[in-house]
Amino acid sequence: MNFGMTEEQVMIVETTRAFVENELYPHEAEIERTGVLDMDVVRDIQKKAMEAGLYAANMPEEVGGAGLDTLTWLMYEKELGRANYALHWTAVARPSNILLAGTQDQKEQYLYPCMKGEKWDCLAMTEPDAGSDLRGMKATARKDGDDWILNGTKHFISHADIADFAICFMATGVEDTPRGPKKKITAFFVDKDTPGFAVRDGYGNVSHRGYTNAVLEFDDCRLPASAVLGDVDKGFDVANTWLGATRLQVAATCLGRAERALDHAVAYAAERKQFGQQIGKFQGVSFKLADMALELKAANLLTWDAGWKFDQGTVTESDMSMAKLKATEMLAFVADEAIQIHGGMGLMDELPLERIWRDARVERIWEGTSEIQRHIISREMLRALGG
Amino acid sequence: MKVLVPVKRVIDYNVKVRVKADGSGVDLANVKMSMNPFDEIAVEEAIRLKEAGKADEVIAVSIGVKQSQETLRTALAMGADRAILVIAADDVHTDIEPLSVAKILAKIVEEEQPGVVLCGKQAIDNDMNATGQMLSALLGWSQGTFASEVDIDGDTAKVTREVDGGLQTLSVKMPAIITVDLRLNEPRYASLPNIMKAKKKPLDEKTAADYGVDVTPRLEIVKTVEPAERAAGIIVGSVDELVEKLKEAGAV
Repeated sequence: MNFGMTEEQVMIVETTRAFVENELYPHEAEIERTGVLDMDVVRDIQKKAMEAGLYAANMPEEVGGAGLDTLTWLMYEKELGRANYALHWTAVARPSNILLAGTQDQKEQYLYPCMKGEKWDCLAMTEPDAGSDLRGMKATARKDGDDWILNGTKHFISHADIADFAICFMATGVEDTPRGPKKKITAFFVDKDTPGFAVRDGYGNVSHRGYTNAVLEFDDCRLPASAVLGDVDKGFDVANTWLGATRLQVAATCLGRAERALDHAVAYAAERKQFGQQIGKFQGVSFKLADMALELKAANLLTWDAGWKFDQGTVTESDMSMAKLKATEMLAFVADEAIQIHGGMGLMDELPLERIWRDARVERIWEGTSEIQRHIISREMLRALGG
Repeated sequence: MKVLVPVKRVIDYNVKVRVKADGSGVDLANVKMSMNPFDEIAVEEAIRLKEAGKADEVIAVSIGVKQSQETLRTALAMGADRAILVIAADDVHTDIEPLSVAKILAKIVEEEQPGVVLCGKQAIDNDMNATGQMLSALLGWSQGTFASEVDIDGDTAKVTREVDGGLQTLSVKMPAIITVDLRLNEPRYASLPNIMKAKKKPLDEKTAADYGVDVTPRLEIVKTVEPAERAAGIIVGSVDELVEKLKEAGAV
């Protein structure tokens, strides 16, 4: 087995890290203070990110992206993940891979403008009554001649306020499955200015300041047949085929933030003196550092392992769930301990620790809760025995 | 016109250096190494010359251990066209002194016939600030050191130098050795597409022996010590208090 990085991977990590430290870090404090992303700042960083080839680097070469393999892409995600989420997500955007599933016309209208920074996308699945149980969704699309009429509500839709369009998953019927009737789902492109479509402010929340969530309302919103992404009733297949390793992306961004928190903790433990010595010399602190490093490394190995297998075509759902579960829970632990090592100073917004700690909370919930991940992992084991 | 840019692999400027237990130097085992920041500025300037149509080819060269290849790949990823690696040591702690480096570079200059050699003014590890000047002497070429602005126009280059108390502008005859200072430019990020392309760019591997240069050190390092720790200062509340403290200290 080879756990080393290639020369290209080392350079990609160096470029991304340098970019994050030089271009993103200086703007974090303002966003954390105001909760608002200054779009002039975003535009300015966006331009630099494009020059460095970092913008939309998740995209394959055929459409003009960087053509990174999954493992290398995750290394890039890890570095971006160090910074304020709103900032890296908009200024160094990674348009959803699902845009690759579109027709040529849809690519021209949505994918390429997203890659050029002219548009932002967002994905709408979750509803007030359909979280983990997505196929219980209530928002519908019904056929009217060649058109579709959309009705219902989506919520917790990330960055829909700045997005130019949403990819909306709507129920288009019911089918019988071995586990009872389930909704058939179809994916639609919905432009922001479509009549009957409204984006309303979502909720204030604990994690990722400046990274908003919105409520989407559909009230007899009429769309042409050309707005369907993929095939009718095959919305989940489109998502499963094209979305890519989104759980691993969450894992990777958590690794970056945990590493940043750990770096602060180690530096502080080496510098801070109490009772006449560095606090890192006290076992109560040094053992914490060892455990933090250990957990981080374990999560990192799980993530790289799943990323590597993704490229080999041998990854399992369980591999990806394990990486997501471990990395998100590890981040919560590392952020908490980093604050404990800093004492009162760790709670102050002078350091990024209080926000890394706040931001860590959502990671165990979105992109599949920790409980859903455990369900996926255990299901894979039990199914093998007929469970 | 070809541009030759020597680049050195040095301890990363972010690393907190530690002196080896035997005092023979700084511990370089398992620490992050990067391109000398002044050399990065030289690479950037060379690429800009090419982009401006004043140069056709940018050749990066590094002299040192085998791992200097990584530094050359960075130069290629920034935009250099090809690279020459001269392996002159096995151990990262072996110092290749400026005169040896300059002698090897002189041979490469004879082979490649560049119109200009752009060097960092010094490397941040040993701060010798000598290689460019020695190379100029060995070749009998004109030199412009500590450049904060370079304007090459045919047979001459206008080099603005940062000197004590101001800026001095020289007109130097080409071909020339120009060593670059901090404010010349801001190096670009090695872009992702260029990083991917760098692998396919040619990198020639040579040894010091290929150029007939003996790299045995002439200098002996007697002792290396860490700087004395500075005592903590105090924060004064007002100008009056500051003046009082200075008087107490006999400074005013």
